[in-house]
Amino acid sequence: MSAREAPDVHAAPGWLGRRTVTGQLAREPAFLVGGFIVLLFVLVALFAPWVAPYDPNASDWMAIRQAPSAAHWFGTDDLGRDVLSRVIFGARASLAAGFLSVAIAMAFGAPLGLVAGYFGGIPDIIISRLMDALLACPFLVLAIALAAFLGPSLQNAMIAIGVSAMPVFARLARGQTLAVRAEDYVSAAVSVGLSHPKILVAYVLPNIMPPIVVQAALTTAIAVLAEASLAFLGLGQLPPAPSWGSMLDAARQFLIEAPWMAIWPGLAIVTVVIGFNMLGDALNDALNPRD
Amino acid sequence: MLRFLTSRLAVAIPTLLLVSVLVFSLQKLLPGDPALALAGEDRSPEVIAFLRHKYQFDQPIPVQYWTWLKAFASGDLGTSVRTGLPIGQMVAEKLPVTMELSLLSMLIALAVGVPAGLAAALKRGTPIDYVVGVMGLAGLSIPSFWLGIMLILLFSVNLGLLPSGGYTPFFESPWDNLRTMLLPSLVLGSASAAIIMRHTRSSMLIVLRQDFVRTARAKGLPEGIVVVRHALRNGLIPVVTLATLQLGQLLSGAVLTEQVFGIPGFGKMIVDGVFSRDYAVVQAVVMCAAVFFLLLSLMADLAYAALNPRIRA
Repeated sequence: MSAREAPDVHAAPGWLGRRTVTGQLAREPAFLVGGFIVLLFVLVALFAPWVAPYDPNASDWMAIRQAPSAAHWFGTDDLGRDVLSRVIFGARASLAAGFLSVAIAMAFGAPLGLVAGYFGGIPDIIISRLMDALLACPFLVLAIALAAFLGPSLQNAMIAIGVSAMPVFARLARGQTLAVRAEDYVSAAVSVGLSHPKILVAYVLPNIMPPIVVQAALTTAIAVLAEASLAFLGLGQLPPAPSWGSMLDAARQFLIEAPWMAIWPGLAIVTVVIGFNMLGDALNDALNPRD
Repeated sequence: MLRFLTSRLAVAIPTLLLVSVLVFSLQKLLPGDPALALAGEDRSPEVIAFLRHKYQFDQPIPVQYWTWLKAFASGDLGTSVRTGLPIGQMVAEKLPVTMELSLLSMLIALAVGVPAGLAAALKRGTPIDYVVGVMGLAGLSIPSFWLGIMLILLFSVNLGLLPSGGYTPFFESPWDNLRTMLLPSLVLGSASAAIIMRHTRSSMLIVLRQDFVRTARAKGLPEGIVVVRHALRNGLIPVVTLATLQLGQLLSGAVLTEQVFGIPGFGKMIVDGVFSRDYAVVQAVVMCAAVFFLLLSLMADLAYAALNPRIRA
């Protein structure tokens, strides 16, 4: 993830609420398309029981590995389950993992970076070295190891992905805080005697948020891929609950007889990841005019 | 340069020690007695007692960590409970396979990423730039394991052109080795190609706007020489660093690629370790991956410093 971890938006024209940025975003096709894709998948995940034509876990033994048809648009799997319904319900696991693991990474990484950048000295050394150590472990290898030791489940996969993604947010927040710390308004806040927590929350945090928001969108794409990867390896959502990664794992054995079992869950992953990447890229373009 | 190297080592060594603390702490995440987990299937009281004594689980945690670190530093990575083999020997056997896969993937990534990024920068705002942008987005968004499955479906199942998996050592049959490694390398290299493509494009866009390029053009040099000899040489400096770091990331991606294509490499070793509850293997793989990654980071820093003397100051 290192190659995508540095949206430098310190020269940002302002926070998301500013009219210039929102106006620019509203005219940005990548933002509109990416936002539409993500919103569509979120709605599908939320309303899955009403959208899905069948129960995702219901087996029809008379319809095993049936090709796509009017009755089963995406075909059926090796247990006679409707692939479309499983893809729809699988969106829940993928999006939950994407959003919650990024929330975990942000909730721990950003405050650590904020403290390291603001106070400097020993806290900075300790936090920075700890984050360097986490970054030294390749992202997926660390996530696999954590998921393996915690035990396979969707919840543990989210924790593993969140912990693995945390140092990116910490490093980004630290760098941005170092820059904001030198601004006159922070010096003024210190000189009028405001407490450090108040300065951090009221003055520093709002000004370091734009790059963190951009990073969150890009990391959600990575987290969705990571969850699918862990589920593919049997370390995420456990069967029979539907998950795109575990559906692909099951599909590998039936590539010749039922290729549709592999095609649709994969396309779902690609589409939602493209959506988050487009959102992240558009936000980065809007908030970082230097790029 | 020596001072630069010393300063980078001064950061790398404590980082490595902290990695060792993190990796050691992993086994503390296991619920219950770690000796039971390490024993795998064989949970006889003798084996449990032996493991408890061997790994000093009855000792305070700092003592356990020190023993583990000393053994690791001396090359003793432990013994696999699944195969009964020394883990160091397993790593020595599997790592070259993954290294070959990673290097082939990097070659593909560079061969695709640099020319495509250069073309996009030179033809900014044209359909070429647009196509390269879409390719980059796709490369970053397609999961490697799905791409692997789709390529197997096309080239192995439908066209019958390439094997769907397996591995032949290079020195046994170079031709068969390349045939088995082609699809996995394409799969593993696709994301790196996309990243290199994007960085080459943005780096070249910056360089092409600089004064020395304008001067070269003003002197009347042919555009090919301006681009290749003047702009590309400077524009590729950050790409060299990125490519070195990407080699470390390829190790991560190799886990899935090796699983899909059944390649007996370093990545498959961690997955096999996970499913046979061979936790010592998992720890050793994470630790070796971190050492490898830190070495590559150091090499990337040195390459950047060698190519850009301002960094050394």
